[in-house]
Amino acid sequence: MRQLSRRAALLLGASGAALTIAGWNSDAFAAAKDAADDIAKFTGGKTAEKGKVSIELPEIAENGNTVPLSIAVDSPMTADNYVTDVLVVADGNPRPGVATFHFSPLSGKAEASTRIRLATTQNIIAVAKTSKGEFFTAQKLVKVTIGGCGG
Amino acid sequence: MAEKPRLKLPKEAKKGDVIEIKTLLAHTMESGQRKDKDGKTIPRKIINKFTCEFNGKPVFSTTLEPAIAANPYMQFYAKVTESGTFKFTWTDDDGSVTTAEEKITVA
Repeated sequence: MRQLSRRAALLLGASGAALTIAGWNSDAFAAAKDAADDIAKFTGGKTAEKGKVSIELPEIAENGNTVPLSIAVDSPMTADNYVTDVLVVADGNPRPGVATFHFSPLSGKAEASTRIRLATTQNIIAVAKTSKGEFFTAQKLVKVTIGGCGG
Repeated sequence: MAEKPRLKLPKEAKKGDVIEIKTLLAHTMESGQRKDKDGKTIPRKIINKFTCEFNGKPVFSTTLEPAIAANPYMQFYAKVTESGTFKFTWTDDDGSVTTAEEKITVA
């Protein structure tokens, strides 16, 4: 009897812990999957090559309500070879979309900066599309001390 | 649309220069994620699109999501080859539009 109850207690404890981990995992997994879905929609299923894109973000964002973000893509930005769009997603926000920048040869440089909200520590992923139909990507981890999506 | 957007760009440039443009519009950018004190979700109301045109031609635009911080700030570049007017447009979720213009002399 004593043994049984001890086993039952152990089992309960173990399944409880498993549930907690599974719950936490599925949340994080869902956000990352949504981000991946957004990227797949943007690239039309093509794989984006690593490189050419640089992301500037603080390593540690103390206030997730306003985090400075700069994106730059290495491109000549001429009429026949330029960056058309850059998709930015955050894989740990309630919704992954951050912004899509649309450039033209008149932009001169494929660079843009803005300020974003981050709910928690997560990856920022940028995917650039060129007028030739190529895709380039980069990713950066940012640690967030106080989340910025309000509750 | 009460407040005037803030713009920062040079008044003059040389032909072929790539100039830096900074814009800021005062706006709460309500994310649609927050709840009021009764636990009801505050509806989303954000600027969802920003565009910059020069003499009617598109230069730069952004599709904004709720993850853009309040008072949306945009910094970007433009290559100028002639004198003209930059036109900036911010579109709100409620359909209202804020515009601003700035002239540049290119020698």
